[in-house]
Amino acid sequence: MGEKRILNDKELDLSVNRLCWQLIENHSDFSDTVLIGLQPRGYQLAKKIHSKLLELAPISSIFLGSLDITFFRDDFRRREEPIAPNQTDISFLVEGKNVVFIDDVLYTGRSIRAGMDAINSFGRPKQIELLVLIDRRFSRELPIEPKYVGKTVDAIDTEKVVVEWDQDKAHKGQVSLIRE
Amino acid sequence: MASLSVNHLVGIKELSKEDIALIFQTADNFKSVLNRSIKKVPSLRDITIANLFFENSTRTRLSFELAEKRLSADIVNFSSASSSVKKGESLIDTVNNILAMKVDIVVMRHPNPGAAKFLSEHVDSKIVNAGDGAHEHPTQALLDAYSIREKLGEVSGKKVVIVGDITHSRVALSNIFCLQKLGAEVMVCGPATLIPKYIHELDVKVEHDLRKALEWCDVANMLRIQLERMDVNYFPSLREYTMLYGLDKQFLNSLSKKIVVMHPGPINRGIEITSDVADSDQAIILDQVENGVAVRMAVLYLLAEKIKREA
Repeated sequence: MGEKRILNDKELDLSVNRLCWQLIENHSDFSDTVLIGLQPRGYQLAKKIHSKLLELAPISSIFLGSLDITFFRDDFRRREEPIAPNQTDISFLVEGKNVVFIDDVLYTGRSIRAGMDAINSFGRPKQIELLVLIDRRFSRELPIEPKYVGKTVDAIDTEKVVVEWDQDKAHKGQVSLIRE
Repeated sequence: MASLSVNHLVGIKELSKEDIALIFQTADNFKSVLNRSIKKVPSLRDITIANLFFENSTRTRLSFELAEKRLSADIVNFSSASSSVKKGESLIDTVNNILAMKVDIVVMRHPNPGAAKFLSEHVDSKIVNAGDGAHEHPTQALLDAYSIREKLGEVSGKKVVIVGDITHSRVALSNIFCLQKLGAEVMVCGPATLIPKYIHELDVKVEHDLRKALEWCDVANMLRIQLERMDVNYFPSLREYTMLYGLDKQFLNSLSKKIVVMHPGPINRGIEITSDVADSDQAIILDQVENGVAVRMAVLYLLAEKIKREA
């Protein structure tokens, strides 16, 4: 088993910053845009992006929600271990809004498909964009592509990409590739 | 995530504390689904569920049906009034015929105690007991405890009194098991004729004076008098029962603390509780009904999770 650092503390910060500026470029004052973090890990990233956006741009508020996709997954009864559902918290309307899905790692694309199904229970968004920190580009099983990418990674199926946040005071986060 | 320790929901007796916690956790998630504009998830879209009701039911049956539909399962309904049971077919034959049509989960209500257990031993499908005679009614107990947890924060350490016809009640027995597993204290209260002789062996308190019972408790679960199950007279008259064990607003207000009032339905207004109690802010009767769908969704979801898909 080996471990390779993909993004260290500083690089991670730079990537998140760049993603935020790209969002500001496309959505200006976020009056018609909402951020949706996919539970559980995408929501962690979404919270970071949300607070950074408020720091970087003169915007008073941006809607941020969390979406749990457990009941919309296509692998129910096909997994060895059941998945525990998380909380969904969307306290605003998504009808007619630009929705930005935020997830940490884009792999097969199946979670995003489930997310698109799930968000429809809350209304019909005008459009859905996808922001991911890590894009494992050669592993896609569905025709899903992200619009905003932190870093593209070439990894094989036996490897795992792990994003960690706030391990301790000195390290705010890192991304590593773990070979099993 | 853990999964249930049982393959069927025959009774609360077979469940562990962890199973109940898992059901409640999952029900929390389904409750949030039920508050969306589209109240449906696709989880059980390749599962077929048969609802077999060999005994009348409105609420439980509707609640199960709704839970199944919200999970996108295919369902078939059956009630004994319009079936071959009337022509003398045995339970196992009826069910085997239905299973031959490839049903994954059977939800069954039956007048005979033990019917669900019998079925779970003889057929391959997952069985959910929706009430078997005067034995158990597990989903009712789960939704009752879930509603107490929602209203009071937790069940552990709470004092619950079950009032009324304990002898003929499956709700009482399942509630006793469920509440005790979650760490609540349970008391039963009613006329001596409607309280089983050896009930104290289940470690419940017995009280015949309603005022004493209500002063003791945090939650009162007022059961319905099941006239349809009574072959002899257990008390002189309904009017006398109401005078001794009925709860009206004046009585409720005279208690030294605010208790929570529950009722598993259907209510006989004016017998076990009066209308103003049923409609008061201390009653959580309609919350129980609402939670029933979420809890049943959780039970069906967690049982379906155990049906592994054939490759």
